Amino acid sequence: MLILFHILLFFMIIGSIVAIETKNMLSAVIAVGAVGFGVSLMFLFLGAPDIAITQVIVEVLSLVILIRATVYIDNRAIERKFDSFAIITGLLFLGFFIMAAVWAFGDMTPFGEPLMRVSRRYLSGTAAETGAVNAVAGVILDYRAYDTLGEAMVLFASILGALVILRNRGKKPVVK
Amino acid sequence: MDIKEITRDKSLGMTIIVKTISRLIVSFILVFGLYIVLYGHITPGGGFAGGVILAISYVLLILAFGGKVAVAKMSGFWASMWDNLGALAFVVIGFLGLIGGYFFLNFINHGTPGKLISAGIIPLCNIAIAVKVGAALYAVFLALSIYGRISTEEDE
Amino acid sequence: MLSHTSLYILDIALMGMGIYALIAKRHIIKKIIGVVIIEYAINLFLILIGYRAEGVAVAPIQDAEIGATELAAKAVDPLPQALVLTSIVIGLGTLALMAALAIKLYEKYKTFDMSEINRLRG
Repeated sequence: MLILFHILLFFMIIGSIVAIETKNMLSAVIAVGAVGFGVSLMFLFLGAPDIAITQVIVEVLSLVILIRATVYIDNRAIERKFDSFAIITGLLFLGFFIMAAVWAFGDMTPFGEPLMRVSRRYLSGTAAETGAVNAVAGVILDYRAYDTLGEAMVLFASILGALVILRNRGKKPVVK
Repeated sequence: MDIKEITRDKSLGMTIIVKTISRLIVSFILVFGLYIVLYGHITPGGGFAGGVILAISYVLLILAFGGKVAVAKMSGFWASMWDNLGALAFVVIGFLGLIGGYFFLNFINHGTPGKLISAGIIPLCNIAIAVKVGAALYAVFLALSIYGRISTEEDE
Repeated sequence: MLSHTSLYILDIALMGMGIYALIAKRHIIKKIIGVVIIEYAINLFLILIGYRAEGVAVAPIQDAEIGATELAAKAVDPLPQALVLTSIVIGLGTLALMAALAIKLYEKYKTFDMSEINRLRG
């Protein structure tokens, strides 16, 4: 199982490198789709079918949004000039994050042995206390429904922002 | 214009192959989305995933038949209206819990775990969230593909 | 070599790819792609923390074969799953917001190049 996870993660990293470095924007977007489906497969093997379903569907819709709304307009690549300052800064940040992560992993619980103080309670009590067999649904909509309300409002606000930005009518013409 | 005339208009949307296949498939996607929403407390799925599937069935209409058919089925006004109604229903379910004690109390009888009608407010919340998420994503995709078009293009 | 920490490090490397794209690339869609990749990596990291390696990973769903106590002993952590589930859909909403911003920028400046936009604005 561990080897499978490593292979999938390598596949995702290669997919992200292709997505970042390729010249053609359409293939960049499709490579992001490959990374997303890899993530979804990983969720499935990690015992999270709820998230695997959601990830596949969201991946399809985000691919359609990226292709139809942006790449469809203008497919030209821009990277003509070699911008050494930005590349050095980016690589510096990459190295910094990996170093900080390796430093921080010393204090974390090892992979495969999570701290499940409150989760044990959720798992053993979900059918009796909420009536939902699916523990994730029980946590989302009963134990932590207030959190879900907040996240639904965040989604509402982001969609509202997109609609306000895209609206054309009702704008006053600029006086010259 | 009648919706059937817009559907048969050959200048709108994609080719006849895409239109025929999507006409066959769109209802299945809708039914699958409803299944994911309604069985969210028993099987994997739930309101968020099911809502996105419901939105995808309408997005398929936009992609295959062009924006006019989708607008005739559900306009942008009604999409944002359903969005607001879903959010409002979720909040109202939360406030109804106050009659029993606290916010988001599961006040309906839980029933037998594993049956379709069980788990109190969880299926109702799933339906509210699915309506909210689906309508919101449909509205934003409609805006991106119709109103967000660059004005120099001629096919508006 | 295939230790348990190396999975975490690979996942952080995936996140670093997103940060690199966000900083070093000038195309605005490449920047959006960077944000999307960071989002994937963080979601995956949260799920990786909740995995249980002993035996086979059981999804947190109770059925006729697995009772409540057995589920608590075997199943993976449902709490990060519940948080990530909403976070994925919110990611789609913010992606739509970013795409809308990119479209409006293109409408005004007729290019997706960020440094070109900076030059035209100044």
